[in-house]
Amino acid sequence: MRSLRVFSRGLVDENPVFRLLLGMCPALAVSTAAVNGLGMGLAAAAVLVASNILISLLRSVIPDKIRIPCYIVVIATFVTMVDLLMAAFVPDLHAVLGIFIPLIVVNCIVLQRAEAFASKNTVFMSALDGLGMGLGFTAALMILASVREIIGSGTFFGISVLPLAFEPMKLMVSPPGAFISLGLIIGLINYLKNRREAERGV
Amino acid sequence: MDIKKLTVSSSPHLHSGDTVRQAMLLVLVALAPAALFAVYHFGWYVLAILLTGTISAVLAETALLRLMKKPLTIVLDGSAALTGLLLALNVPAGAPLWMVAIGAFMAIAIGKHVFGGLGYNPFNPALVGRAILVSSWPAHMTAWVGPGLISSATPLAMQRAGEAVPPYLDLFLGLKAGSLGEVSVFLLLLGGIFLICKKVIDWKIPGAYLATVALMTWVLPARGQVGFFAGDPLMHVLSGGLVLGAFFMATDWVTSPVTKLGRIVMGLGAGIITAVIRLYGGLPEGVTFAILIMNGLTPLIDRYTMGRRFGAR
Repeated sequence: MRSLRVFSRGLVDENPVFRLLLGMCPALAVSTAAVNGLGMGLAAAAVLVASNILISLLRSVIPDKIRIPCYIVVIATFVTMVDLLMAAFVPDLHAVLGIFIPLIVVNCIVLQRAEAFASKNTVFMSALDGLGMGLGFTAALMILASVREIIGSGTFFGISVLPLAFEPMKLMVSPPGAFISLGLIIGLINYLKNRREAERGV
Repeated sequence: MDIKKLTVSSSPHLHSGDTVRQAMLLVLVALAPAALFAVYHFGWYVLAILLTGTISAVLAETALLRLMKKPLTIVLDGSAALTGLLLALNVPAGAPLWMVAIGAFMAIAIGKHVFGGLGYNPFNPALVGRAILVSSWPAHMTAWVGPGLISSATPLAMQRAGEAVPPYLDLFLGLKAGSLGEVSVFLLLLGGIFLICKKVIDWKIPGAYLATVALMTWVLPARGQVGFFAGDPLMHVLSGGLVLGAFFMATDWVTSPVTKLGRIVMGLGAGIITAVIRLYGGLPEGVTFAILIMNGLTPLIDRYTMGRRFGAR
């Protein structure tokens, strides 16, 4: 039961992008198209799961005073592996995501989960936590990127989904569109959350 | 003495008697001649644009007030209608109606209500709407037309391209291409002076704004030109959205400084940005972004130009 909660927490209640507002930089920058959002999300999720597992394994070995450098070394190792794997197998996507793949090293979500969860919990729980947070990040990026791609380009995963008469609203795929759509989505989520809590009488 | 007869409240204690609604109605009246001239100059389709902009803004305001559970009577203050009209006056005469409607909705929703409604918006809503339209559908927003919706370059674009600009009198009266509301400088000036006499707006912002643009475009050589004091300030003041922006948008009460010195700074800053964009920027016109940038600086300007309280250090 507890493992289920650890897993689902990252998806909804503590969604990294929509609830914790972590990882804003890649979330805003690469969410111009759904495929970019999916690629970025899965890359970060892979790093999260792997680094959570290794840091949890090493949690009794790592000295407290230098724990942050140790976490960074572990995370950087996995990010380099993901970066090279993506360059080898999905070169187009890798070219689009560019600098944001290496930047996963300093992604607050990965470091925050290492510090707040993996360094204190068992390997299994840490893996679940990393998976939940990673999938939550992916889902948030997918939602943001889908909204922006559909309105801003009239396509979804590169396939035209809207009638030809629709003229894409270019603003949505430009940086201001990222901030506007993220703000509106977070506003909507807060509204739904408040309404649900009001109904429950919290 | 019966203590119950005393009303205890915080300042301000005196009300001028002016209401938001009166002020908005006066601005609408001041804009009406220029708007009617646009209909005469460009044709009947312009009337459809103006109505679409105004009605969409009022509908958007009503819907959002309902969503936010605020009293629906707020829509009667006329601010939404004014925002919609100003937005409609800021598009080319051939703009598609759906785009005007989306612009008016975005102006009210993103420009005003996400910040908490009238009085809380940091940026002029009509210009937010225009900026959204310019970055979303640049082709429609730069498809300038003259009378009869025949495509024609704006005076500023002609000047950039090195072509002959229409005579000053034509620029002044409005016989040129451009956004709906910006063409007739004469009628805009009449409306602006009317508002200044009615004390709805302060002369300092438009005064400083126009003077700065005139001075800078006169003194500084444009990109690719040499020699100082060789510019054409009259052409620059009479072209583009400068007069419309200076009198009707930079003076928005919510988004401009409240102090006297602050208003001069606002006009000065908007003038510098406009002149720099016109002379050296990638776009021929810079009024929209100049005013939006100065809107963003308004709290800072107010902070540093606020008078000292008596006795305070």
